[in-house]
Amino acid sequence: MTAPTVSTTQTASASAPPHARVGIGQSVRDSIVIGKTNLLRLTRVPEVVIFSMIQPVIFVVMFSYVFGGSMNVGGTADPGVYREFLMVGIFAQTVVFATVTSSGAIAHDMSKGLIDRFRSLPMARGAVLSGRTFADLVLMTFTVIVLAIVGALVGWRFHEGVLKALGAFGLVLLLGYALTWVGALIGVSVRSPEAASSAPMLWILPVTFISNAFVDPGQMTPWLRHVADWNPFSATVQAGRELFGNPGVRTSGAWPMEHSVLASLIYSVIIIVVCRTLAVRKYRNSTS
Amino acid sequence: MPDAIYAEGLVKHFGDVRAVDGVDLAVPSGSVLGLLGPNGAGKTTVVRMLTTLLKPDAGHATVAGFDVVKNPNDVRRNMGLSGQFAAVDDYLTGRENLQMVGQLYQLSKRDAKARAGVLLERFNLGAAADRTAKTYSGGMRRRLDLAAALIVQPSVMVMDEPTTGLDPRNRQALWDVIQELVKGGTTLLLTTQYLEEADHLAHDICVVNNGVVIARGTADQLKARSGHERVEVVVHGREDIVAASTVLAAQGHGEVTVEEHTRKLTVPVTGGARLLADIIRSLDEQDITIDDIGLRRPTLDDVFIALTGHTAEAAEPAESEENVQTENLPTKEMAK
Repeated sequence: MTAPTVSTTQTASASAPPHARVGIGQSVRDSIVIGKTNLLRLTRVPEVVIFSMIQPVIFVVMFSYVFGGSMNVGGTADPGVYREFLMVGIFAQTVVFATVTSSGAIAHDMSKGLIDRFRSLPMARGAVLSGRTFADLVLMTFTVIVLAIVGALVGWRFHEGVLKALGAFGLVLLLGYALTWVGALIGVSVRSPEAASSAPMLWILPVTFISNAFVDPGQMTPWLRHVADWNPFSATVQAGRELFGNPGVRTSGAWPMEHSVLASLIYSVIIIVVCRTLAVRKYRNSTS
Repeated sequence: MPDAIYAEGLVKHFGDVRAVDGVDLAVPSGSVLGLLGPNGAGKTTVVRMLTTLLKPDAGHATVAGFDVVKNPNDVRRNMGLSGQFAAVDDYLTGRENLQMVGQLYQLSKRDAKARAGVLLERFNLGAAADRTAKTYSGGMRRRLDLAAALIVQPSVMVMDEPTTGLDPRNRQALWDVIQELVKGGTTLLLTTQYLEEADHLAHDICVVNNGVVIARGTADQLKARSGHERVEVVVHGREDIVAASTVLAAQGHGEVTVEEHTRKLTVPVTGGARLLADIIRSLDEQDITIDDIGLRRPTLDDVFIALTGHTAEAAEPAESEENVQTENLPTKEMAK
């Protein structure tokens, strides 16, 4: 064999190097390798990508034209106003739904021999999950771009300049990224791809609907309104509306509604830190 | 040279089940150890502990000189694992699979690419290198999996039932690859439930049952324990069975066993080929027509029966209540 020889012949002895810990550089590198692999995989099954883009487009069209006429937002029942109000909600809902794919794919990986291969390699422990969530983020970004174009076609606009609009997209994607870690945690916990794909619905529907995304929480019963006001999802939607200059910005005493940008950031960071820690620990200790 | 793989008192429970119940192993550098046992014997659990996939509940083990619990990453750097299920990504091509594994072994992108190319050729996957693994046959997937394990030319290889599910031709091809590997100096730990495979590939064999090693030695040593050679006769007509049995009883060295439906008679013998000739002559004198006759050397199957009282295939799974039984078998001294 004429390959570049890799020095692997370690003279076995008691003087093993002290516990070579994986550095941050290697973590990033390994995660990128896994992330790229996941993206490459997506190009082999383009159906998945296409379906994940079509679904939110259907939501835009359905909500705009079915609910549009009967919704009263910002004191008017003008369907055009509702469409502007709706778009941020759809953006946020789309990134939330993306977590279903995440947990399904991770559970699928965990149930196959491939994960044993990864766990037997001298790679960073968190890289399999970090790579996966990174790939999800990339896919999510494409979906949001497609959605923005569709939104523009049905009359949605941003009014506060490009920078603030980018900020809004950034917050939406950060929330989405945070939630892929929730998906990852579910994925490593349930260990059956079927359960992983259905379990997320248990929290996704309440989280997205008990919020300010599609209706004005002012119309809800008081306790539900409080839930909606403190819902992390609502904070991001509210921040998006403010930054895009879309109608329906909610004025209530609740702190996350008054400081929506900061609240959205804090929520997302907390979710990432907590879920990532738990998911990576679970992955490391998993014994399929 | 110190042992490339060393394990002492490995124990692993799953709930109430003691899947591995105190296993000691020593594999000298450059040799091949076959871990032989039926399904559920605990072979895979031993492998998973040695390859850092599972933490032992008790005992300790080193691979390539590194402790599997204290320095798992050093173990991983020096070891290749080819598991029971081909661990390849279906949606990636053969080449992409190997490059990914190479990079995760911390090779540079260029080195990973070069190694992938070399291994694809060596494992006869060159033509299929740029097709997704989904389109591969079972044999190709196994070869790709093995190639992935060999990306960094590890000094220690662990293979868990490498040929399970392969057809005879592919099995033979994989055996050739494994033998070539061993010739190159790789230390190999191999699990198998095929007695023939352990006989063919391994220098030393550990027979595992219900989580404990019940015998160890070379294939020849183990065979010697299971007793004598046998003569097997298949008579042409059912009516000749009794007469043939009398002949065998006279010439043989033990009890004659008869399989009525196959018309096969077996008797332990001492005396080899000359005795075989005698038996043929005696049968001929009695006008017994035979379809087949042969001198059979003991197989590892016989060893297994001698050790456990049943064949490997029919052995009880580890979950059964018969765990204790093996301890009472005359195996303690054999393990010595």
